[in-house]
Amino acid sequence: MAPSNGLKRVDVIFGAYASTKYLILQKSIRREKQEIIQDIIDSGLRGRGGAGFPTGLKWKFAAAQPGNEKYVICNADEGEPGTFKDREILMKVPQKMISGMAICAYVIGATKAFIYLRGEYQFMVPDLQKELDNFHEQAREMNFDLTIELRMGSGAYVCGEETALIESMEGKRGEPRNKPPFPVVEGFHGKPTVVNNVETFVNANMICRIGVEEFIKLGTQDSRGSKLFSISGDTPKAGVHELELGMKLSDFVAEFGDDDTKAVQVGGAAGFCVPRKKFDTTIIGFEGMPTGGSMMLFNSSRSMYHVLHNYLEFFEEESCGQCTPCRVGCQQLLLGIEAIKKQERPASYLNQLLKLSETMKIASKCGLGQSVANSFSSIVENYVEEMIY
Amino acid sequence: MKKQKINITIDGIKLAVDEQCSILDAAKKVNIHIPTLCHHEDLCVAGNCRICVVEVEGQRALSASCATPVAEGMVIKTNTAKVRKARKDVAALLVAEHNTQCTTCYRSMNCELQEIAAEYNVDNNTYISLVDPNYTIDRSSWSIEKDDSKCIRCQRCVRTCAELQHVNALTVANKGKEMKISTFLDLPLNEVVCTNCGQCINRCPTGALTERRFYDDLWDAIDDPKKHVVMNTAPSVRVALGEMLGFPVGTRVTGKMVTAMKKIGMDSVLDTDFAADLTIIEEGTELLGRLKKILVEGNKEIKLPMLTSCSPGWIKFIEHMYPNHLGHLSTCKSPQQMFGALAKTYYAEKMGIDPADVVSVAIMPCAAKKFEANRPEMNSSGYQDVDAGLTTRELGYMIRQAGVDFLHLEDSDYDSLMGESTGAGAIFGATGGVMEAALRTVYEVVTGREVPFDNLRIMPVRGTDGIKEASIKLENLLDEWKFLEGVEVKVAVAHGLKNARIIMDQVEAGTSPYHFIEVMACPGGCIGGGGQPIPTNEEIRKKRIEAIYAEDEGMPKRKSHENTEVQKLYKEWLGDVNGHKAHELLHTHYTKRNRY
Amino acid sequence: MNQIQPYVRSLADKYGRERECLLPILQEIVATEHVLSQDAMVEVARELNLSAAEVYGTASFYSFLNTEPYGKYVIRVCKSIVAEMKGKKEIVDKLCDILKIKVGETTPNGKFTLLETNDIGWSDQEPSMLINEKPYTYLTPEKIVQIIAEYQANGKSNNHQQIN
Repeated sequence: MAPSNGLKRVDVIFGAYASTKYLILQKSIRREKQEIIQDIIDSGLRGRGGAGFPTGLKWKFAAAQPGNEKYVICNADEGEPGTFKDREILMKVPQKMISGMAICAYVIGATKAFIYLRGEYQFMVPDLQKELDNFHEQAREMNFDLTIELRMGSGAYVCGEETALIESMEGKRGEPRNKPPFPVVEGFHGKPTVVNNVETFVNANMICRIGVEEFIKLGTQDSRGSKLFSISGDTPKAGVHELELGMKLSDFVAEFGDDDTKAVQVGGAAGFCVPRKKFDTTIIGFEGMPTGGSMMLFNSSRSMYHVLHNYLEFFEEESCGQCTPCRVGCQQLLLGIEAIKKQERPASYLNQLLKLSETMKIASKCGLGQSVANSFSSIVENYVEEMIY
Repeated sequence: MKKQKINITIDGIKLAVDEQCSILDAAKKVNIHIPTLCHHEDLCVAGNCRICVVEVEGQRALSASCATPVAEGMVIKTNTAKVRKARKDVAALLVAEHNTQCTTCYRSMNCELQEIAAEYNVDNNTYISLVDPNYTIDRSSWSIEKDDSKCIRCQRCVRTCAELQHVNALTVANKGKEMKISTFLDLPLNEVVCTNCGQCINRCPTGALTERRFYDDLWDAIDDPKKHVVMNTAPSVRVALGEMLGFPVGTRVTGKMVTAMKKIGMDSVLDTDFAADLTIIEEGTELLGRLKKILVEGNKEIKLPMLTSCSPGWIKFIEHMYPNHLGHLSTCKSPQQMFGALAKTYYAEKMGIDPADVVSVAIMPCAAKKFEANRPEMNSSGYQDVDAGLTTRELGYMIRQAGVDFLHLEDSDYDSLMGESTGAGAIFGATGGVMEAALRTVYEVVTGREVPFDNLRIMPVRGTDGIKEASIKLENLLDEWKFLEGVEVKVAVAHGLKNARIIMDQVEAGTSPYHFIEVMACPGGCIGGGGQPIPTNEEIRKKRIEAIYAEDEGMPKRKSHENTEVQKLYKEWLGDVNGHKAHELLHTHYTKRNRY
Repeated sequence: MNQIQPYVRSLADKYGRERECLLPILQEIVATEHVLSQDAMVEVARELNLSAAEVYGTASFYSFLNTEPYGKYVIRVCKSIVAEMKGKKEIVDKLCDILKIKVGETTPNGKFTLLETNDIGWSDQEPSMLINEKPYTYLTPEKIVQIIAEYQANGKSNNHQQIN
């Protein structure tokens, strides 16, 4: 097992100075593009939305694509249940995110960028627009050519998947595309497009500010930097907390639990359920259990059947519905656990459903479809009795 | 630019394929079968059903072979435990979503889901059925029946309606478990912009989309001794029916089909080709009339290009999409409707039968013909001119139900009256055929000579290109037609409504350079019609087209104006071409419809 | 011609007639009309040169683009697992009680529609809800009474500090 580095609070995202003058951008656009890309690669920064693709590589691929019509999209469609960290960034330090987007646009050669904001965050639009207006003014003064536009979602979880998001931005149903081609090659309007999460852009911006060396002091070999955690459920400290990656889940529970924590759902409804007996052996980070930051704590008063039931109801509604494993699979998992509970199907039917969850993980079309069964298998495997009785 | 070859390994076999080749196509090259459902050769890639998954070395998840392009050095495995289990599971999930009434389903034994479920021996009870016990079937349309309980959401119909036909009457609606194939606001099919072309039916892998069936009504008529059942068969039926009854694609079964229908109990088996020849006479004359009115009389009301009107899917399309341009349509009824109007007048009179007892039935390659037969204006005989339009598929079913051993039937000839036809009538079944038949006649009418093409084969209007063009210069004309001397007649042929839209956009913009345009709603023309045997693809359509032209060349007469029964009809009964009686019985008008 | 036509045309003028302008147009129609009516969708289809079915198919994918009429104020109570744990049921019960409707219904005066919705991004402050775009968090039955009273009295409660 990789050594954990304990629980450390950090203050990179919210703490350091957020410039309404976009000083980091000013500094960055005087640097060589390749140098910035190399910095992001060297920083080991990985996407903060959950999938964890190396950000520097993404930028490098997009920069290497021919043509001068390219796009940068900020994925602010934070829809994973139990996730709200982007909300805090968007409300408190949107400059850092916008600055990160602008740096990205600079290095890949885009003059147009978008923020795809979930419909539920419509209330933020006036403030965000104000900040965008400010940005455009600053950019003009810097002679830096970039327009950033706000685009709204309208209540569809799957649009958090990058290709579904692009489809939605093109005015279509938010259905994930086949990959390849990946968005860095053929994205928005078929042009090279970088889609990154809100927090990823903030991190990229901060790497440009504090430098690679400072950044890699945080976290572990595979999980550089800090991470915002959205902490909710049975915890006296619900809220957004910035922690170093690579901690043991037991350290986390010691800090945020209520002394009776039974399970932690890491990564939202599409993530994994970790039972108490595994707290000590679970590392939060890309070497162990990666997460977009959602941490839901459940104490012993909670029924894991209800938890799972709630997740499955969510998925059968929010699956885009185009591919068989996800569309039909989600319905079958839900109907299946209900049937077992009502004794309409034998307990052994759980084994069939576990096999189904394996199929869903390997045969679904998109990353979300491949992860919707994670909560099912991890809850069922650890709480069989609660499913049956 | 030299095409780059990509080296891959599939199940241990090394091969080099073109860039952009999918894993599925690469596997086909080395005879490895991968099951598919949402994939269709005529349509863009979807990658939705996930039945075609394979393992690509180095990747955790499986890849949809239809949607994954090959990459250099790719190592693919199509037959591993992981692949088999996933495919079986996907099949089981689809079976749970599908209303498995296989024993009674119209598409039983011709259903892609059934085939795959059988191949993987899927237990119907693996998962819990998702079929709503209160499901309803949309039978609002004369042509198409939509049964969502059998739908597996592959979206082939939606892609067909959008990509091939540019109609977009069908859409995917909602998401998650509510996701379904829908019309605008889920309105009944007869209330939306559906053209009834039935191309969606031809590409539906299951029985979710089928034609409305009327063979039981026909059986009742056959069994009723008072009724005189007159049957006519469209040109393209004879080159496709065999596919349902044990013959290879492209077999001409004209004689056997006639024998079978007589055995079934039809009172008279006649040929729609007769009416096709008649159409050429009326439509050709109409075209010349329009030219004359414009060139000689300077009449500005007359519309050119003139558009053909044989294809009822096309007619409904233009009525919805270009309602202000209906004046371009030939006023000629389609051969089916000409035939029907004559069956209950001319035919009944000549045979001495009360027209009220005549049941006129058309066997068509078409779903839209059902709607056409039921258009309220189609009653110039004083009765509903055509009582029923049945598809090639329905006829195949009737032949099976009658216990006729089709494979070993002797041939027989069509009955008379209205059973004679020429090769020109036969080629109506293929895209370009109406144009070719018209040119063979019109050219000869105005010049007194045969069209200047080897063996009457007007090659520029043949083939499967979406839009074809040709021009013929009219020179050394007969006196009566001198006003056309030197005119270069420009024609075009379009098939598939996607191409019809291109043609019509030109007409709408006033930039159409043509005098006369043939439009068929279905890809390939009638041989690819919405009532033809399933499956369909480019190769099948090409074979049917070859058979159509072989039919033409096997005929003693190959020009419509040489049809002696047609000549007799005018002489003894109808009077002048385009005359008063002809107009009453053989011409029609069109209806403006909403575009939305 | 119906009244929606000039309105939709003005939106198409404002946002453009490309396919990518479809969602912004539909979003604005819902914000002002509280519904995507059949007529509105037909007009959008006409302006953007799409089929009506395409407009409907796209709209129906998105939970916030309703084709059934909703009230002036759409209340969306978060139904995530954390919301459930923190007392969502009491909140919904209270709303049903005050508004005298069930979840999914609209008050007869057309003022309120009550819905449950998936996670709205306030799991740290459950129970939560949106009224139109405005979030309300740390809800209690008592707060519900107060909030609804304000909406009933003078429409939108502009000065209410809804985010704690």
